[in-house]
Amino acid sequence: MAQQIFAYILHKDGTADDTALELITAAGALNPDASITAIVAGSGAELDTVCRNMAPRFDEVWKIDGEALAYVNAEVLRPALVRILPNESIILIPHEHFGMDLAPGLSVKLDAAYLPDVIGLEGIENGKLKAVREEFLGQVSTRVLCDVSNGVVITVRPGSFKADENRTKDTQIVDKSAEALAGGVPGNARRYLEVVAAEVGDVDIAKSDVLVSVGRGIEDQDNLEIVFDLAKAMGADVSCSRPIVDAKWLEKSRQVGTSGQTVKPKVYLALGISGAFQHLGGIKGAPFIVAVNKNPKAPIFQAADVGIVDDILDFIPELTDRINEIKG
Amino acid sequence: MEILVCIKRVPDTSENEIEVNRDGTDIEREDLVYSVNEWDNYAVEEAIQIRDKVGGSVTVVTVGDEEGEEVVRREMAMGADHGILLSDEAFTGSDGKGTAAVLKAEVEKGNYDLILTGAQADDGSGQVGGMLAAMLDRPYASLVNLIEVVDEKTIKVGREIAGGNQEMNEIDLPCVLSIQTGINEPRYVGIRGIRKVASLDIPVHTAKDLGIGADAVGASAARTKRIDYFVPESGEGAEILEGSTDEIIDKLIELLKAKGGIK
Repeated sequence: MAQQIFAYILHKDGTADDTALELITAAGALNPDASITAIVAGSGAELDTVCRNMAPRFDEVWKIDGEALAYVNAEVLRPALVRILPNESIILIPHEHFGMDLAPGLSVKLDAAYLPDVIGLEGIENGKLKAVREEFLGQVSTRVLCDVSNGVVITVRPGSFKADENRTKDTQIVDKSAEALAGGVPGNARRYLEVVAAEVGDVDIAKSDVLVSVGRGIEDQDNLEIVFDLAKAMGADVSCSRPIVDAKWLEKSRQVGTSGQTVKPKVYLALGISGAFQHLGGIKGAPFIVAVNKNPKAPIFQAADVGIVDDILDFIPELTDRINEIKG
Repeated sequence: MEILVCIKRVPDTSENEIEVNRDGTDIEREDLVYSVNEWDNYAVEEAIQIRDKVGGSVTVVTVGDEEGEEVVRREMAMGADHGILLSDEAFTGSDGKGTAAVLKAEVEKGNYDLILTGAQADDGSGQVGGMLAAMLDRPYASLVNLIEVVDEKTIKVGREIAGGNQEMNEIDLPCVLSIQTGINEPRYVGIRGIRKVASLDIPVHTAKDLGIGADAVGASAARTKRIDYFVPESGEGAEILEGSTDEIIDKLIELLKAKGGIK
């Protein structure tokens, strides 16, 4: 029998997340002959839609339908998964806020190994899996060897595997709800209340064509003035990376990244931004990216089209002056 | 409220460029500046603020060698009441589960209502908090960016989810939370603050003190091991503009104009 690999499907409003088809590719990197089972949890008609749409892509779809999962709470789902997953399972989960909630504890409850935030998989040999991760916010990569003989929970970084658009299967949807939720709904020690929507700021950077984006390299709140001066000269809006919002120097609505705004400008100037994947994950639509950073090894230079190795505190005012000169 | 904060001493990425050593077995550790993991600083600040509001105590704990004492002391200078160092040869080489198992043993010696960790540390795993909660059979929430104490048995927490949205939950105590940066503004610790706590006692607990068998933790129990470190192939990467600053700016302005970056 082919090796079974499980993939946890995130979905919203009846649509599967982009990561769903990426996990197929990741599973293929583990074992090209694996049988891939999608696990989809939720409730009602939206869940059914997702299951139907996933069915042609996977070898099997496991549905977990429960009212308590209308908004999926990791504390409720984790014991449900433990009930239905066979021993020594391999399960792939997207590495984002829900996966980070669910997965570490799941590995403990399954007594499986744990491999977080994986960006590459090099297959399994003699019960040992070789995987690639990043450390120090992407400054270095590391290959890890993981003993998966008792199973493994792997969280996969969104976007690190290409979506598999080609797979077509004739697949059954298996309703696992009764087994998964047997004995009532556990996990009521943590109760979901609501989602509070992000505050809308005075500038909607999601709509900006040109963004001047500033990061930790600006060093001091008072220095932000030079960034706004440059944006004004260019006719651009100012956005930023996470540390600037954490320091409360700019409002959250200006933060680009997976935990902030998704932007799709034509031109993106990354000033003193190291380029962590959470930041890059918020930049869509393949803009022309210019990076200015004094560290020539900053990961942002991998993502940028054009790079300038310089201290932004020196470079920005000179650039602003020249643009203003030209514009007269 | 009795609060335990788990912290880690890590190379400070704002002070160092992290490079791979010559044979690729590790990062270059010579001359690295170490400090407390950034996320943990927010966790300690949050714990102090909760204690100041509702009473109780804050204890900071780390798993590490004797140098770990330095970060414990720093967080005591911030305002934590107690510090504990969990240190033993047997802990060396632990993976996330090993570290969580050591922390679990310490947690069970105390009577903590709330256990905080940073959402992640230098290796970006974000695993120890969730593992610790599962080992203790306590509820868990990750990426917490808001805590409100409701009463002695319940707190309300906000989690940072996608798009700048916040997921609100109510959680029963005792529980484990991993703290996201930005939840507060960690206070500054000066030399004088450190001096004040310089002579305070920081007990060291070993594997024996914690009742942990040597084979349960450390390198031998670790199921994940690093093989090597490397700097990823640059792929296409950026075209680096070179020359004098004037030349670079001329070239950049030309490019920006062509791409519609200057209106």
